[in-house]
Amino acid sequence: MNRLISLLVISAGLIASGCSDIEPWVKPYERDRLADPIMSFSRDPVSSSYLHHVYQAREGARGAEGGQGGGCGCN
Amino acid sequence: MLAVLKVVRAVAVVVTRFYITACTALLLLLPLVARSAILPEDRADLLYHSYDGGGVTIEGPSILVRKQVGDSFSVSGNYYVDSVTSASIDVITTASPYNEERTEYSASMDYLRDNVTISTAYTQSEENDFKAKSLHLGISQEIFGGLTTVTLGYSRGWDTVGRLGDPAFAEDVDRENYRISVSQILTKNLLMELGVETITDEGFLNNPYRQVRYLSTSPRGYDYEEEVYPNTRTSNSLALRAKYYLPYRAALHGEYRFFTDTWGIDANTFEIGYTHPFRDNWIFDFKVRSYKQNSADFYNDLFPFQGAQNFLARDKELSTFSSLSIGFGVSYEVNKKFLNFIDRGSINFSINNIQFDYDDFRDVRVSATPGTEPLYSFDANVIQLFVSLWY
Repeated sequence: MNRLISLLVISAGLIASGCSDIEPWVKPYERDRLADPIMSFSRDPVSSSYLHHVYQAREGARGAEGGQGGGCGCN
Repeated sequence: MLAVLKVVRAVAVVVTRFYITACTALLLLLPLVARSAILPEDRADLLYHSYDGGGVTIEGPSILVRKQVGDSFSVSGNYYVDSVTSASIDVITTASPYNEERTEYSASMDYLRDNVTISTAYTQSEENDFKAKSLHLGISQEIFGGLTTVTLGYSRGWDTVGRLGDPAFAEDVDRENYRISVSQILTKNLLMELGVETITDEGFLNNPYRQVRYLSTSPRGYDYEEEVYPNTRTSNSLALRAKYYLPYRAALHGEYRFFTDTWGIDANTFEIGYTHPFRDNWIFDFKVRSYKQNSADFYNDLFPFQGAQNFLARDKELSTFSSLSIGFGVSYEVNKKFLNFIDRGSINFSINNIQFDYDDFRDVRVSATPGTEPLYSFDANVIQLFVSLWY
């Protein structure tokens, strides 16, 4: 436990100091494809939120669906 | 496969143990590595949804409107209705068919400052025997020149469970959700996202109408008694999803989610999909989703005698089952400004067919020696028709 916390703190320290200078290996001008709406994990939030609700009400599993989450508020 | 599942489970446990600590550390450090972020687009969606399967039909509207206010705020409101007509197998074997309506209101606000997006939301839903309120908080940050986005989230929910015909019955459930996700640009064609969520529930967690059956000396060979659930549950989910831009304008996506909880349920979800734009205005979506879970420790289709154990469940949602969904969607975009204040719009239709196959939930509508009835299965069609406007 202590080892992992130390690792986390060291990693976070590296992020805060040196790693913020890492050169992005995909330049902003190379991200036009990624910015295409077809690359969105949730292109239509109203639709994906409804489908999560459909599955949550009928399955034992829940969580980590992406988006805001927070449960379906149903029984 | 078993070894892979063990590794995934071990990773999920380790991640869960430490990510609350990680959340705190990252919250303190994120502003130090701030880069760029934007608020969500201004848009309005009017959705009609319909679920039809297993003797249940649920339909209704969902309206979602989002608008930026000033340079730093974006607010949204959602109105959602489920109109339910239920004659499901649970209802017709132990109760009477019913109609009910569930209405949900949500409001959210996003605040963008120095490349950090802070999100808050409040949701309230009500049906004649169930009320739910929940509060959501989130913070999102892009780092490493926008290649990585880290999002932390926390939700708190308060439910009140009632029982029709019993005005004195009112039980509470408290819920807490902890989420962390990291999305990463890996190449100029590939995005990945890792999400972890822990949910804890405490209170009255069973359905006040559901019953379990046990062997008896009655003429049909079994009787029913009320189900009893534990009053706490903690679950962990770990999801990995990826999206890949193909050499032509189209996208592939894949997703895997592992789930485990303190009731003994383990579940695996796989999904793959393909998005194909056609000419300038059309987008077609295809997807296949596979879900499989094992039953809760205290689930049994047929208990050996009354009060056989301290916790008792026969909800098919807690049984061993698998489901397979096949989905198709089409979207037509109208680019021209057809009203002064609207930039563009789209008309969308989607249908998902879900086949549920239960491995230890039997169809007791069929008369047979208890425990030898056929296993239950059904399929459902989920239809969505919606219009979106950007302004």
